[in-house]
Amino acid sequence: MAYSFPEEVLEHVFSFLSSPRDRNAVSLVCKSWYEIERWCRHRIFVGNCYAVSPEIVIRRFPELRAVEMKGKPHFADFNLVPEGWGAYAYPWIAAMAEAYPFLEEIKLKRMVVTDESLELISKSYKNFKSLVLTSCEGFTTDGLASIAANCRHLKELDLRESEVEDLSGHWLSHFPDSCTSLVSLNMSCLGSEVSFSALERLVARSPNLRTLRLNRAVPLEKLANLVRHAPQLVELGTGAYSAEIRSDTFSSLADAFSACKQLKALSGFWDVVPSYLPAVYSACSGITSLNLSYAAIPSSDLVKLISQCQNLQRLWVLDYIEDSGLEALAASCKDLQELRVFPSDPFGAEPNVSLTEQGLVSVSEGCPKLESVLYFCRQMSNAALIAIARSRPNFIRFRLCIIEPQAADYLTLEPLDAGFGAIVENCKELRRLSMSGLLTDRVFKYIGTHAKKLEMLSIAFAGDSDLGLHHVLSGCDSLRKLEIRDCPFGDKALLANAAKLETMRSLWMSSCSVSFGACKLLAQKMPRLNVEVIDERGPPDSRLESCSVERVYVYRTVASRQRLDIPDFVWTLDEDSSMRYS
Amino acid sequence: MPADLNLRLGLPGSDQTDVDAAKSNKRASPEKAEDTASNGVPAAKSADDHETAPAPKAQIVGWPPVKSYRKSTAAAVKKAEAESGMYVKVSMDGAPYLRKIDIKLYNGYSHLLTALEDMFKLSIGEYSEREGYKGSEYAPAYEDKDGDLMLVGDVPWEMFMSSCKRLRIMRGADARGLGCAQ
Repeated sequence: MAYSFPEEVLEHVFSFLSSPRDRNAVSLVCKSWYEIERWCRHRIFVGNCYAVSPEIVIRRFPELRAVEMKGKPHFADFNLVPEGWGAYAYPWIAAMAEAYPFLEEIKLKRMVVTDESLELISKSYKNFKSLVLTSCEGFTTDGLASIAANCRHLKELDLRESEVEDLSGHWLSHFPDSCTSLVSLNMSCLGSEVSFSALERLVARSPNLRTLRLNRAVPLEKLANLVRHAPQLVELGTGAYSAEIRSDTFSSLADAFSACKQLKALSGFWDVVPSYLPAVYSACSGITSLNLSYAAIPSSDLVKLISQCQNLQRLWVLDYIEDSGLEALAASCKDLQELRVFPSDPFGAEPNVSLTEQGLVSVSEGCPKLESVLYFCRQMSNAALIAIARSRPNFIRFRLCIIEPQAADYLTLEPLDAGFGAIVENCKELRRLSMSGLLTDRVFKYIGTHAKKLEMLSIAFAGDSDLGLHHVLSGCDSLRKLEIRDCPFGDKALLANAAKLETMRSLWMSSCSVSFGACKLLAQKMPRLNVEVIDERGPPDSRLESCSVERVYVYRTVASRQRLDIPDFVWTLDEDSSMRYS
Repeated sequence: MPADLNLRLGLPGSDQTDVDAAKSNKRASPEKAEDTASNGVPAAKSADDHETAPAPKAQIVGWPPVKSYRKSTAAAVKKAEAESGMYVKVSMDGAPYLRKIDIKLYNGYSHLLTALEDMFKLSIGEYSEREGYKGSEYAPAYEDKDGDLMLVGDVPWEMFMSSCKRLRIMRGADARGLGCAQ
């Protein structure tokens, strides 16, 4: 069938498609569209670095300029994935250094990045512009020094939440005087002090700097100087926000902030001295994003700050805000879209603040645009969840963590099935759900029945039997990621829904009741799934086949099922279901 | 100690016994491999709460799901709170302005009361459970977390320190109704 459009026209049309999903869809239309698309794709997103190999990517997409990739499963954030499991960036960096000399952007999440990788990046890509490392680890400040020194056109260096071995603050001084291209610098996760004069000079010579997130070691007394050099800042993360109370420090800070007419986001605020908070008041009316999740500020001071931020869309805060503070938030911030409330004392046996389900109820009632919530609290009731679901049917992300595992409805002592059921039934656009509290198989029935747009589900200490897992796997049509810990889910549901797993990115199950025998069977049945048994007790075949494995991680892949970097506590099962390990 | 004064940090209105009953449904936490991956944050820090809080629970790996860099913030915040002063306002009936004191500096009620007597140049007298500060011109009272006006001296010192939000030195006559046992 002849197409009337020449290639160039199709390419031009495709250039308007930015989302990877749209591009993937386009490439499936026919062979010629596949060919045209692959030559003009410049950005790629790989959700699981083991789902594909560097060779396959390079072969298919010869003209990439931006690569975004994720490595370890989400539960790695909570120490559930043993050290050394994998997700090494180096093989990708090395392969891409050969294939893409014009690569400009690399974004990695939950991957192990070494100093060698960073050095390779800094030397291989002449036009390198942006490095974003989210929750990565394995590198030191020496690696950062290479990036600073060698990337002449660097626009973005963002280390959000990465674990960096901080050898010294000297790395920052490696930015040459000729480097004036910085747009975004996020060093908030670093511990040691950088040379303040080097930092000041860097900021002063970067007229395009929009985002500056300092680390805790930058003292408050110096903040005003920095901010004064960059009144064009849109996002600012302060360092430690405490100093002796002095009127000259305060007024200098307040003046600096009042010059920042474009400020939209504030974060940092370690070690807050509340008397210094009013210094930012002049910026509050423009603020849309506030991250106070490191700030131990009493509720009253929080409320004073927040009530100035009428245009607030995103708030991350510690539970010091208490129910009363959340009520005030609901009253003043009608544009609020995202709220995250973190626990100030997650391991304390008793509540240390007056934050209950009521806070979430108030915000859900009062903020019509609220669509994304992460909430840690110590008690919950079905009544509250039902009220929340009814007030806010527009939730797309709902993550609730009741700190005590398997906590029942504190009013009725019943499971929270009805409450979460109401959430999935009312919130028809729900894409992400994390549950906690006492939950039976019934809640999974509700989820399977109603949560048709759900893409990611996190379950812990819940359910009674395989039926729970079966409801989810058979009912959730849009499910991509499922992560489960400490639930009595086992072989039957898994094997009955084996085909479903190929439609998902991944399934994680730890401390459940999945036997080694079932893992082998699954791998046999589904050759395009990699079934990784992660067990630190030694080879699974040294135990009975019916014995439960510690963890199993199942993901679809077009790469080889035997990854070369497999550690000695991971067993992946080959087609002939013999066990292969390094 | 009056029997109705339960030494616990329950949420106002919540009944601790109900919560305990719910817990009996709980599946035993599975054995966990020694958490070498854990960041070494110590187990539940209720040890430094002075009330008779339950013993610190064994920590479950990865629960609650708080990223490690946040855990250390929480611990650091606790430490910072512990190190910072506990300043409360002190008002005296009839005085034109208030004072502020750091109650952490005092090691007990008598120490505190002596300091208040010095600061405001008055005498407070002896505390008795039954009769409060009978016989003195002034009686010390405080506003607790719930906003109630309470007589100083009824509860253990540590509990007072954590619940006292504000001090008020009342004239003896006005303070007579502030007995603790109803």
